[in-house]
Order: sequence, then structure tokens, then C-alpha cells
Amino acid sequence: MSDMTAEQKVKFYQKGTFTVGNRLVDQARRSVQGSMERSNAITSGHRACQGCGEALGARYALDAAMRATEGQLIAVNATGCLEVFTTPYPETSWQVPWIHSLFGNAAAVASGVAAAMRVKGREQVRVVAQGGDGGTTDIGFGCLSGMFERNDDVLYICYDNEAYMNTGVQRSSATPPTARTATTPAVGPEPGNVFGTGKNLPLIAMAHNIPYVATASVSDLHDLERKVEKAMAIRGARYIHIFVPCPLGWGSASHDTIRIARLASECGLFPLFEAEHGEITGSLPIRRKVPVEEYLRPQKRFAHLFKDGGDGVARIARLQRMADANIARFGLQREAEETPL
Amino acid sequence: MLEQIEGSQAVAKAIAFCRPEVICAYPITPQTHIVEGCAKLIREGAIQNCEFINVESEFAALSVAIGSSAAGARTYTATASQGLLFMAEAVYNAAGLGLPIVMTIGNRAIGAPINIWNDHRDSMALRDAGWIQLHAETNQAAADLHIQAFKLAERLSAPVMVCMDGFVLTHAYERVEIPDQAQVDAFLPPYQPRQVLDPSDPYSIGAMVGPEAFMEVRYLAHDKLLQALGVIPEIQQEFKEIFGRESGGLFHSYRVEDAETVVVTLGSVAGTVKDTVDELREDGARVGVITLCSYRPFPLDGLRYALQGAAKVIVLEKSLALGFGGVLASDVRMALQDTGTHVHTVIAGLGGRPITRKSLLRLFGRVERGEIKDPHFLDLDLDIVRREIDNQRGQITAGPIAENILREIGPRAAKVV
Amino acid sequence: MSQQHPDVPFAITLDVGSSLANLTGSWRTERPVYLDRLPPCNSACPAGENIQAWLAHAEDGDYEAAWHEVMRNNPLPAIMGRACYHPCEGACNRSALDDAINIHAVERFLGDQAIEKGWVPAVEAAPSGKKVLVIGAGPSGLSAAYHLRRLGHAVTIREAGPVPGGMMRFGIPAYRLPREIVQAEIDRILAMGVALELNHKVEDIQAEMKDGGFGACFLAIGAHLAKRVNIPTPDAGKILDAIGVLHEMETSENPPLLGRRVVVYGGGNTAIDVARTAKRLGAEEAIIVYRRTREMMPAHDFEVEEALAEGVILNWLTTIKEIDDSGSFVVEKMALNDEGWPEPTGEFDTIEADSLVLALGQNVDTGFIAKVPGVEIAKDGVIQVGPDMMTGFEGLFAGGDMVPSERTVTVAVGHGKKAARHIDDWLRGERYEHPPRHELAGVDKLNTWYYADAPKTVQPELDVVRRQTSFDEVHRGLDETNALYEARRCLSCGNCFECDNCYGVCPDNAVIKLGPGKRFEFNYDYCKGCGICAAECPCGAIEMVPENI
Repeated sequence: MSDMTAEQKVKFYQKGTFTVGNRLVDQARRSVQGSMERSNAITSGHRACQGCGEALGARYALDAAMRATEGQLIAVNATGCLEVFTTPYPETSWQVPWIHSLFGNAAAVASGVAAAMRVKGREQVRVVAQGGDGGTTDIGFGCLSGMFERNDDVLYICYDNEAYMNTGVQRSSATPPTARTATTPAVGPEPGNVFGTGKNLPLIAMAHNIPYVATASVSDLHDLERKVEKAMAIRGARYIHIFVPCPLGWGSASHDTIRIARLASECGLFPLFEAEHGEITGSLPIRRKVPVEEYLRPQKRFAHLFKDGGDGVARIARLQRMADANIARFGLQREAEETPL
Repeated sequence: MLEQIEGSQAVAKAIAFCRPEVICAYPITPQTHIVEGCAKLIREGAIQNCEFINVESEFAALSVAIGSSAAGARTYTATASQGLLFMAEAVYNAAGLGLPIVMTIGNRAIGAPINIWNDHRDSMALRDAGWIQLHAETNQAAADLHIQAFKLAERLSAPVMVCMDGFVLTHAYERVEIPDQAQVDAFLPPYQPRQVLDPSDPYSIGAMVGPEAFMEVRYLAHDKLLQALGVIPEIQQEFKEIFGRESGGLFHSYRVEDAETVVVTLGSVAGTVKDTVDELREDGARVGVITLCSYRPFPLDGLRYALQGAAKVIVLEKSLALGFGGVLASDVRMALQDTGTHVHTVIAGLGGRPITRKSLLRLFGRVERGEIKDPHFLDLDLDIVRREIDNQRGQITAGPIAENILREIGPRAAKVV
Repeated sequence: MSQQHPDVPFAITLDVGSSLANLTGSWRTERPVYLDRLPPCNSACPAGENIQAWLAHAEDGDYEAAWHEVMRNNPLPAIMGRACYHPCEGACNRSALDDAINIHAVERFLGDQAIEKGWVPAVEAAPSGKKVLVIGAGPSGLSAAYHLRRLGHAVTIREAGPVPGGMMRFGIPAYRLPREIVQAEIDRILAMGVALELNHKVEDIQAEMKDGGFGACFLAIGAHLAKRVNIPTPDAGKILDAIGVLHEMETSENPPLLGRRVVVYGGGNTAIDVARTAKRLGAEEAIIVYRRTREMMPAHDFEVEEALAEGVILNWLTTIKEIDDSGSFVVEKMALNDEGWPEPTGEFDTIEADSLVLALGQNVDTGFIAKVPGVEIAKDGVIQVGPDMMTGFEGLFAGGDMVPSERTVTVAVGHGKKAARHIDDWLRGERYEHPPRHELAGVDKLNTWYYADAPKTVQPELDVVRRQTSFDEVHRGLDETNALYEARRCLSCGNCFECDNCYGVCPDNAVIKLGPGKRFEFNYDYCKGCGICAAECPCGAIEMVPENI
């Protein structure tokens, strides 16, 4: 009897462990999003499409940052969907001090804000810069790298929906191979985006030896909030890359946003990991592994892979190898040590 | 205190007295000595409570400045030429957001062909971005204008460029009256931002504005610069009361009261022009010169009034609107429209070509004799350009004409420098 | 114009939160709606327990509240936690993840806690002034008496035998259901003011109702006449019936003499019970002979497994033809025909054994009931009742093994509750209407991602040697920690458990959290109808409904 008890330690959060809230969990460990007092950094009335992953990811991240800083937060935003759908005159959805300057300079503007806070002796006020994948991995990359290199006290969050959605779904350097975009149409001998060498910004960020780098997904709120809170507890340049599906750009159902994000991680294509000072310190094991097809199939941008006649099977296999390489590289297939809540 | 000092160092000291809180810069010739000076003053403790941020590009430099200014910090940066163009998007943005950033432009030509020497095509390229553009005639003016610039920027909540000629001013050692801290403190109050990023009073800065309000936003920005036409002389007066010097203002007139021919110009060339005017005056010629300090906003009414007695106006400018002609000259013509005053466009000193008294004397003579066509290119080697144009005739290609000319004039160019 | 700060730039700078003026609800083509669906466990429970509700209390560690919730439907949790074949667990959606919730073990834990701590049910209703007679002190009768008492009626139970409990004593061996547990739960019902008269065999129902002033009567005498089959034998004394054996175990000082080799004929739970009892009484071999296959045995698989573990031998596809003069059992092998039914093969064999116990089912003793006018005896010799459990005689209700239904303790308890509600209405001149049932919350309605992996807690078992030699209880209970763990494995199928998912996953903040216990509301002013809330609701408590556009 005593053996059994020892073996099956009661987890006081069994029911709905991975849900947003959990009345059985200790107050201190509850999610920000489950709280009635969450800041709603982005409030209702914004013009994001139905089921927008970015609207969700941004609220998750900023609400967590707001809790971590006790409301002492300033947000900087690159041009992009998030900026456009939150602040068309005469209405803004933001409830935190917020500035939008340009497409490619969010990291630098944030550096400036952080410098101002430092010089004014208001270092309790923290700065979060945010941009989409285009504003981060492409046009904003120079400023971002500069911010990293100077180790400015900024948390930069990239909301990655894998293309330029605001301008009508064009390819970015974060667009995955084979994905159809308006500039990588699904026609010709190699439909969709090409198999390039990839541009893994989290790894590039790590190469700057900054104190903290993490990937997160709207599909795992607890992990995301934990990473944001951890990032806010650190001074210096920090980077979090959040996976945010785009129903419009990906051709997925609006209700599938979180499911697709979940599948991206569970197939290995979007690994969830974190690193400190250039070294990987942890990854989130895959809980229910799925083949990449399961992730690809609900998205119209990959529909050409499943058409008869092409070499979709071989190309899916190539994507599967990418996923498998991630699984091996980040050690994603192992027993979870502890429920990550 | 009067010092024999390099222009850049004088500016750096002036900046230091303004108690800047954030300085960010990316090095570009000929701005480098200014920001090096600032960095040193910060390291030495002469500037306290200030962050110096070494950024990775001019685009980042002004972007950091946008952030720090929006967060309530008095912010300074400096650039030139290609750097100004590289930050062009942010130049417009800082103005659009109404951020009182002060930026020095060490005026320099724009490539290709790459050229590090002085002309005004860099700041002219961004003349309509919504910044106030002040031009320094001397290093004393450069130092003084920076002190005034912060007051002006912060009073109007608009960014100010202080333009000073690259090398001619930035690297020149002159005697400059360096103010003391108490004077500057008496003149320049602490920065009270009109809007600031602050968790205790949040709002969203930088909204997207559609057709329903964009015209109004632009009109208000225009109106703000027009207001500067009144504020600039006020600040000039306030400056004089504390520092005892005439500095700043919209423009400076030199011997124009009875002048029949008046030269209108910008920047350091005014000194040479004044010397030429003095020489001509000794010969009895009724000539004068107006040096614009405020290029944007452009003092249309003031100029019109100042030039009412002139029969001829020579606009001497270190800029060129390719395929059109003079830039400054067009603005002066706008000021003089319907007056019948004849305006001559003289393009001079591009890419650092010296503007000599000798050339100017010859110019005045030719203008007097009605020999020049508009626009006139001062000291242009017509042999070279004619030959190149002839070479190209009939075989129009997109080839590098400029390089061909350079090959032709190679030995002479070396002599000029 | 939403600008309030007069000094900030026009249009470029905006006051926070002003987008609330933009009602994005107009984009919607579908709207999410909260609903409650019927959890499969509740749906499957013959006693009509709200299992999910009491698991929820247990999850919070409020075992007393959990027990009271059980007691709303079932007065015998400690017994049912042991004796019920828990169809709830068969229906449990959790089996699609890992294993079904060990519901019966939690119920048993609650029942045992109640006995240990002396928890008592409340009688809330005011005395009705009505009297009800219950005939038979088995699970159905006790259940009816309990519910009637809680409804304010005066109840008298008349029981023919010397002890209450019925099949809980005579049908279920002590190693599955310890007698002190049975007694404790019966005592608790009696303590509520239910009168029990033992050794009172009712012969004339109408007379007893009239003489006692009973406004209604619930008849629950069970089925305890063993079915026989004709097996030629030189020694009839060798053939016993299962119910008789189990009854003797309870009532006699001396255990029944079954011999060293015992054959049990039948494939139901009772057959298993007798075979296992025989082992405990010292039989070297207990052989179950069954004419069909192992898979076709009506006995529950886990009981068969336990029996095999204790050394019981199973001989399927076999019938017993006769016991020959030498005392050998002549058996015939059977084979399944094309339709899957057993047919004789003509192959014979013999088994040596000391006794044969027939476990072929029981009939109802309908003799005294048939006399009541209007009462109808259905085929199979059971009493016909209406949907309200009433027989053809006004005021006479019946339930348990004696009416057409599955014969389990749980069904009996359910009958008792159902009859009590109808009796209550009948006495008050009303008609009980069962509220409409919700749509079933099948596993397809769930998003199981959100539930952590949590395999079932296996109850510890007595070691096999002691199981073969004693009547100690085979299954032990859960302790508090693992009962809690087990309760927390519940998925709350079909009913909001306030996990905050909808509140958290809405990209438009269009879900209003009302606070603990108050659930949520949609803010249709802003809900764009994306459907993420419904897709990510773990328990299937939201559905998308098309808007009328």
C-alpha cells in the first residue's frame, strides 16, 4: 500500500492539467490567462481575423509580462498585422503604453525606450518589442541583431505566422518549405516555397549569447507564460519566438488555430525549447507524437502536397526528416520529467 | 569662453551643456568627430546621466532616438549623407510622431560616385520630411544652433536637423565662444514631453490613420512648421538675452539694404560670399548677401520683404535637382513670385568642389553682363562634359558617365583636394 | 472621436482601450453556446447516480459533500462500491485515453469514510403523515425505504428472513462484500427512523396494507428460487443449487459440505461466486462447466480472471448429461455452429467430482402476489410493472429482481429510488416527470489534449494464498491520496468544470468569467464566432450554433 502511494504521488491538478485555468492549482501557479484580473493588454474590438493566432499570442505574452512586471511595461510594435488590427484610428485595443514606429525598427525603438528608462532611473519599467516574422527575421533583423549584441534590456517577441500576412500572404524567410504563398504559388515543378537552408532565428539569437532565448506556441499557454515570466526576471536582451497560426494565410479553419499550433509542435516541426547564454537549457517533450501529415493536411497552403500526380509524398517525407531532425536535435521524444505546469 | 576648437568638438560641447539623456550614433564621415566627442564627454563625466548607444546603422540610430524620445528622454544623434538616406524612413517617422529629436547633419554629397566631401544634397533630399532644418554658417552658429534646436524642438514637439557643412565646418578649427552650463541651463528648461510612454498614463502612439483623417494630420504637421517661423525668432531673441550673441533666426542679411544684386545662400559658403561682397562694394557695386538659417520652414514672407529692393537675386546652392535645376532657387522664386525680380540659379560646390572668391567675382561679373544661362554650374569643366556627351550621343547606354568623367579629370581632381 | 488627452497629437496618438467602441460581434456567422451534456457514467448508472458531481466534490477533497451527493441517489455507497459491476466505468470516456476512472473504488472510499466518520444523511422533508410498507429488506427495499423516508414518509420494512440485506448477504460472498459493511449501511437507514420487522413473511399484501394503514406498498422480495435442470443421477444429494449454498454460508453455523472436487454448472457471476467459495471451503478443485465459450459467459471478465487466479478451473463448451452409477459426471463437448451457437458434438467425457452445484439462475416466488387483483405475471415469472414501477394494483409498486430487468444490486437500488419517487407522487396525487435528458457527451465531443496522462489506480488485492483459504475481502480500498488522485482523473464529460479554457483561448476577449462556481458568459458584442472556444473546450460543454443572417 505504501509503495503504491509513493509511486502515484497525487498531483493536485490532475483534472485539466493543461487547461488555461485549474481551480485545483495553487493560486501562485495559476495561469495569467485564467485570472479575472488579467490585464487584457489587447482588449476587445480589435480587427484581427476570426481565430487569429497572433491576437491570442500577443495577449498571452503581454499579459504574462504585465503580471511579471506588476504593470510596469511599455510595448513597442513593428508594422504588421498586430499593429494594424489593434490601432486603426480612432481606436486602439492596447491598454498598455504602446508605440509603433516602423516595420524594421521595433528592436531599436525598444532599445531607445529602455535607455530612456535607465537614464531616468525608472528601471522597474520594462520594455517588450514585438513584431511578426517578416518584421523580425527579414526587415527588422539588423536592428534586432544590434539590440542583441548590445544586450539592451529588451524582451523581443516574434509572432511567427510564417509569411507576410498583412500585405496579403507573401513569403518571408520564416515561410516553411512547400508552403504556398502569394509569391510562392503552388504551381510548377516545385510548388510552394522552396527547400532552402532555413533561417532559424532562435538559434541565431542564441549565437549572440544573449541571456535568454525561447520558442513558445499559442498551443501551450503554460509554457508560454512561464517563458515570458522567466524572460522578465532577467535583465538584458531576450528573445521569444511564438508560433501563431494564421487561418487566413494558411487556409485553415478559424477554430483550428490552437490545434494546428499544437500539431506543429507535436510533429516536431516547431520545437519548443529554451536557451540561456547560448546554451540550450531545456525543451518540451512531445506528448503525443504525430506524423507531419497530420499537421500539414488541415492547411490549404500545403494542399498541393496531397494532390495526385506530384511528388508530394517525397516532399512530405522531406518535411518529416526536418521534423525528425528537430526531434533529435532538441531531444523532444522522451518521458516528461514533470508535468510542466 | 572663447576657444580655438574644431567645429565638431564645439558642437559636442554644446550638446553636452544641453544635458542630453540619450545619444545614439553610427559613424559616418564627416559626422564622426562630433559623436566621438560626445562619447568622450560622457566617459569623462562631462555629460552625466546620459546613455551613449553605439548602434549598428543609421536606421537604428534614429530608431533608438525615436524610442528614447518617445519615452521622455532628451535625445540627440548625428549623421550625414548616405547615413541620412539610410535612416530616411525613420526621419519621416520621427517627424510624424512629433518627437523633438535633435540631429546634426554633417552635410556631405551622396553617391554614386561615392564622395565624402561637402554639398547639401543629403539634407535637401529630406527637406520635406517634417523636420525643422537649420543651417550653420560658422562653427559658432553650429554650436549655438544646437542649443537653440533643443528648445525649438521641445517647444513645438518637432524634430530639428542642424546642418553644418562637412569638413568645411566639422573639421575646421575656429575660435568659438563656448557657453557655460549656467547659461545653457538658464536658456534651456528640462524636457517636458508633450506625450510620453508611461505605464501610469498609457496611450497608443503611432496609430494607423486612414483617408478620413490623414489630410488633417498632414495639415497639422505643416501648420506646426509654419508656427516655427514665429518661434525661431523668439528663441533667437531669448538666446541673445542670455548669451549676448545674435545667433539663429530665420536668415541673416549682410549689406542688402541698398543692394541691387543679392546672393541668397546656405551654410558656410556665406563667409566667402561676404568677403566677395565686401570686395565688390569697395568697387562701388551694390551687392549683398542673405544667408538662410531656417531652410525648413522656409521664410517665404521674410525673404520677400528682405529682397524687395533687389533687382537681381543669385541663389548660390550646393544642391541640384537632377533634371530640373536648383532646389533652393525654386524656393526663393516662390518667395519672389510676381515681383519681377530676376532669380539666377547657381549650382556650386557639389561634392566638395571649392567655391573660390575668384570664381564668385567672375560670376558676379557675368551676371552683371547677363552672360549666364539658368541654371548656371559654377566652375563646371565644360570640355569634359561636352566630350562625354558627344561620346554618348548615338550610343545611349546606361553606362557610368560619371566614371568616364572621373577618368578624364583624374589628375585635376587630385589637385583640388 | 475617442481622443481624450487634449495635448497629444491628433489621430496618431490614441487613448487606451478605445476599440471597445468597435463591436466585432457583427462579423459572426456562428455563435458559441454553453450547454450541459450527459456524462456517459451518469447515463450508464442503473442507480441514476450523478457520478460526475460527486467526483467533483471528491476532487476538491470534500469527501463529505461527495458522499452526500452519492446519497441523493444511492443509500449504500460502501456496498455498491464493492458489489456494483460499475457499468459507469464501462462507459467512461477516459478509457479512450488510458483507463476508465476507478469510480467504484472512489465510491467505496466515500462509503467507508462515511461509516468510519459516522456521516448521516439529512431528512429534509417535513413529515407527510403517510405510511408506506416495504416488503423485503434487500437492496431494492432498503433503497425505497431510504428515499421514502427522506421524502418525509413513515416506512416499515417487513422481511421474511432473520436478517436484512437480501442478496447482498445471500448472493454475494463475504470476500467480495464484508458483512459488517452491509450491516453498517443498513443500520444507518434504520437510524433514520425506518422500521424493520424481521421474520415477517407477508402472505396477504392487501390485508397488511389495510391493517397497517399503509397508503402504498413497495414489493421487493427478489428472486431466490433456484432454477433446476434435469440431470439423471443415482444420488440426488450430490446436486445442490448455488443460491442455497450461498444462503447456507450466511445462515448456518457449519459451512455446506461440497467435497474435495466441486463442479459448478453455469456461466454467470453466481457460478463464479460459488466456485470461489468452494475453493475457500477447502475444495482442491472447483470446476466451472459452461456450455458456451469463455467470451459468451455472462459473468464479468474481471471476476473470471480473479477466479482463475485463485485456481478455479474453467471448462467451457461442455454440458453435463448425467451422473452415472459410479458417480462420474458424464459431459458432452459442444462446438459452435456457423451462427456461433453451441451444438452437441456427440463426444463424451467424464469428470470425477464430489458434488454438483447448479448456478443456472433464480425465479421469483410469485405465489402470494398472484392473489392480488390486477397484478400481472409476465413470462419468465416476473411481476409486470409500469414505467412508474406500479403493478396492476393501485398503490402496489414493485422492483428489484422480481420485475423484468437485469438482476444486479445496482439496478435494485435504482428501482428503489425510482419507485420511491413515484410512490411519493402517487401519495401526494401528483405525477413524477423525469426531467428531459441531455445529449450524451461522447468522447468525440471532448478535446482530450488537456487532460494529463494519469493511469488508473489499481486497488491492491489480497495475495492468492490467502484468497484460497479465507473469506477476507479480496479487494482493498483506496486511501485518501489515491482516492483523490482517482477522482481527479475525471474528465467532467459534457459539463463545464471551469477550466478557463474558453476564457483563455478567445482571441477577442469575448468570454466573461463570472467567478468560481458561476461559470462563464459569452460577450456577443465582440465574439467573432471563430469557434476556438468550442474546439478547445476539453469537456464538450460548448457548441457552435449558426446565426440567423
